[in-house]
Amino acid sequence: MCGINIAGMSDTATKLSAQSLNLWFGSKQVLKNINVAFNKNEITALIGPSGCGKSTLLRTFNRMHDLVPDVRIEGEISLEDHNLYEDGLSVTQVRRRIGMVFQKANPFPKSIYENINYGLKINNIPAADRKGIIENALKESYIWDEVKDELQKPATRLSGGQQQRLCIARAVALRPEVILMDEPCSALDPLSTSKIEELILKLKKDYTIVIVTHNMQQAQRIADKTVFMYLGEIIEAGPTANIFEHPQNELTGNYVQGHFG
Amino acid sequence: MMKKLTPVIEWGTLLLSTGTVCFFMVVILWDIISKGAPSLSWQFVSTLPKAGMTQGGILPAITGTVLLTLITALVAAPFGICCAVYLNEYASDNWFTRLIRAAIRNLTGVPSIIYGLFGLALFVQALHLGTSLLAAGFTLGLLSLPYMITTTEEALRRIPASTREAALAIGATQLESIRDVVLPSALPGILTGVVLTLSRAAGETAPILFTGVAFYINNPAGFLNQEFMALPYHLYMLSTQHQAIEQVRPLAYGTALVLIIVVFLLNLTAFYVRYKYSRHE
Amino acid sequence: MKLALRENIDRTAKWVFRATGIVVIAILAGIFFMLMWNTIAFFLKIKPLDFITGTQWNPSGGQARYGILPLLVSTCLVTLGAMAIAIPLGIGTAAFLSEYAGKRLKNILKPLIEMLAAVPSVAIGFLGIVVLGPGIAGLTQQANGLNALNGAILLAVMSLPTIITVAEDALQGIPGTYKEASYGVGATKWQTLIRVTIPAAAPGILAAVMLGVGRAIGETMTVLMATGNAAAFPKGFFHSVRTITATIAIEMGEVPYETTHYYALFAIAAVLFLVTLIINMIGEYFVNKYRKYHSA
Repeated sequence: MCGINIAGMSDTATKLSAQSLNLWFGSKQVLKNINVAFNKNEITALIGPSGCGKSTLLRTFNRMHDLVPDVRIEGEISLEDHNLYEDGLSVTQVRRRIGMVFQKANPFPKSIYENINYGLKINNIPAADRKGIIENALKESYIWDEVKDELQKPATRLSGGQQQRLCIARAVALRPEVILMDEPCSALDPLSTSKIEELILKLKKDYTIVIVTHNMQQAQRIADKTVFMYLGEIIEAGPTANIFEHPQNELTGNYVQGHFG
Repeated sequence: MMKKLTPVIEWGTLLLSTGTVCFFMVVILWDIISKGAPSLSWQFVSTLPKAGMTQGGILPAITGTVLLTLITALVAAPFGICCAVYLNEYASDNWFTRLIRAAIRNLTGVPSIIYGLFGLALFVQALHLGTSLLAAGFTLGLLSLPYMITTTEEALRRIPASTREAALAIGATQLESIRDVVLPSALPGILTGVVLTLSRAAGETAPILFTGVAFYINNPAGFLNQEFMALPYHLYMLSTQHQAIEQVRPLAYGTALVLIIVVFLLNLTAFYVRYKYSRHE
Repeated sequence: MKLALRENIDRTAKWVFRATGIVVIAILAGIFFMLMWNTIAFFLKIKPLDFITGTQWNPSGGQARYGILPLLVSTCLVTLGAMAIAIPLGIGTAAFLSEYAGKRLKNILKPLIEMLAAVPSVAIGFLGIVVLGPGIAGLTQQANGLNALNGAILLAVMSLPTIITVAEDALQGIPGTYKEASYGVGATKWQTLIRVTIPAAAPGILAAVMLGVGRAIGETMTVLMATGNAAAFPKGFFHSVRTITATIAIEMGEVPYETTHYYALFAIAAVLFLVTLIINMIGEYFVNKYRKYHSA
């Protein structure tokens, strides 16, 4: 199986892709003819100035727009060989397989333990297995050592960076195939940011990761591929080094050099 | 001279109106507290009325009001919260939603005596509940419904979208996200609204006039299908309909004080919940 | 739980929630049809013209009369009196709170006003009998002070919290730049308030007034207890009057079901319902106007 092959992207292990995707909020077209593919075990960064549609694009992949009135989507999004918007996959199934981490950490107003347990519970994971999975997810997200003695503490009392790692643990506990990250570090201090970047790099071996970021350095540090968007269109996509060092398009060059944004 | 005086007069006008409003409040509180307090005793709130209401306590009126308020809560809170959830979580902006909102706004403005008539026609007569605690409780439930909806919706609106998305993103259905995350987060706000609405219902008289309240009931506990006594109505009867009005005046003051204490306690509870919640933020 | 089951429950729940919305519409429709149905039953027995123009309300006399005018005039008289007191006081207090009072004073005054809103109407009516009544009686040399003036003062007290809160909201919403422009041309604080802030907040203040009127017209217990309830055509503020709400409260408890008198009470309730509906719609029109003005 292969996705649409776009410049510089291999078609060997496409996990998630969009074909001829258009999206409107009311009468305003926000995404225009998007074709993109994300590979297994790779980190792809979506970059571009504010309002270019990168977050909107990210949210189409786990159908987060479903509850927003006045949204119209055309085109196809495929997770391997399933079309996410047809093919009998329910929205709940899609979100189970494609996890998401948000811009601002949004732990549930429950204990640290319950934050992860909740997702396991509703997704029918046997009670006997949950304790191990929770511990594992917390370890995988490099937060276990900081919280192991106070798992019953309300999650809202954690620091911002800890909350965000907990949110990542909450997502990975369900063993999704893809993790979408919407500027996960934009509200964090540099130390927390570097911890999370480290974590993202480690997660790469098990997951397909798509990350929206405003931070050029971050994209260069962690992403294998980079997609540059502008005014709802993909301008350029390819290996991160190419995008930053030899951009084909003038707009891309101006943006990555910080001339606008 | 005039120039110096003008600002004083101008400022004085505003101060005078504010002072008058405060004066009203002080008179109300002072009169009821100072004249009601002497009647207040453990015996007053824990015994039955005696000697044609000229002596004894107001226990049945207190239990009646408490039971009535409970029934009101049981009717209005679930319905109100469900409707607010529909409006804030599910409804899109279409004619049906606008119709619901228009209905809520109009219901808020319907005079309470008309709710009384509606309760009489619907619960007492059409549904054969008779004049009873249940019929009166249902009537007050209807009266409270629009307030419940409005306050709950306000509480839900304060919950950021990211909280809902957090649950949806791990594969929760919309109902699960509302039940397990949104409602628990909004609970303090919802509780504040529920308690404030009930404090209003506890003081209402007009809607229960024809739906079940009675001047004197021999049975202090009261049953759902029987008439009952209530504090506001008791106060009304003692102050206007009793044959020995001057003689029962201290009892009327005592009743007024107990009623005000009940209402203010409910209000204080609501403010406490709100305060505790705002400190947590 | 299986996924399919969870999703079915989810779909069902949406319909349950939607059903509560239908219930709300049904309640309003129910009230409307109950009033209309009984009013029609009434008009089958009494000519509408006699009802609307009749100057006598005497349902239990040998020759029963069902003229709404004395009741309607009483309601309007008491409400007008209440507004004559409450509007200046309410706007004055709102202006004081929003323009002059410091934060500390506000923190004391606002809860006090909320407390005033929480006092049950029957308690206010009680004070009308025991405090205000004797006071008015002493001033006017009447036997008791239970008259339109008493009711008007009490209704003013009851509608003040609504008027103050909404009007203060409206005044607070006026952008500071308006006031600064006025100060800039040398206007005093007072001139700015009278010529700039209050006119700019006019829609919100009108909404406040309308909500206050709605509250006063529909109020039952205070007027029932404080106005004396004489059924004669009202002669003025110092005479006993009987409003629509008080009439329903007094007579509904005693009439046999489904008599002309019973229907008549629903007919006057229908009039009350329509009047409050119109008042509230006008109020809402101004609220929307002032919201639009602020979002623009």
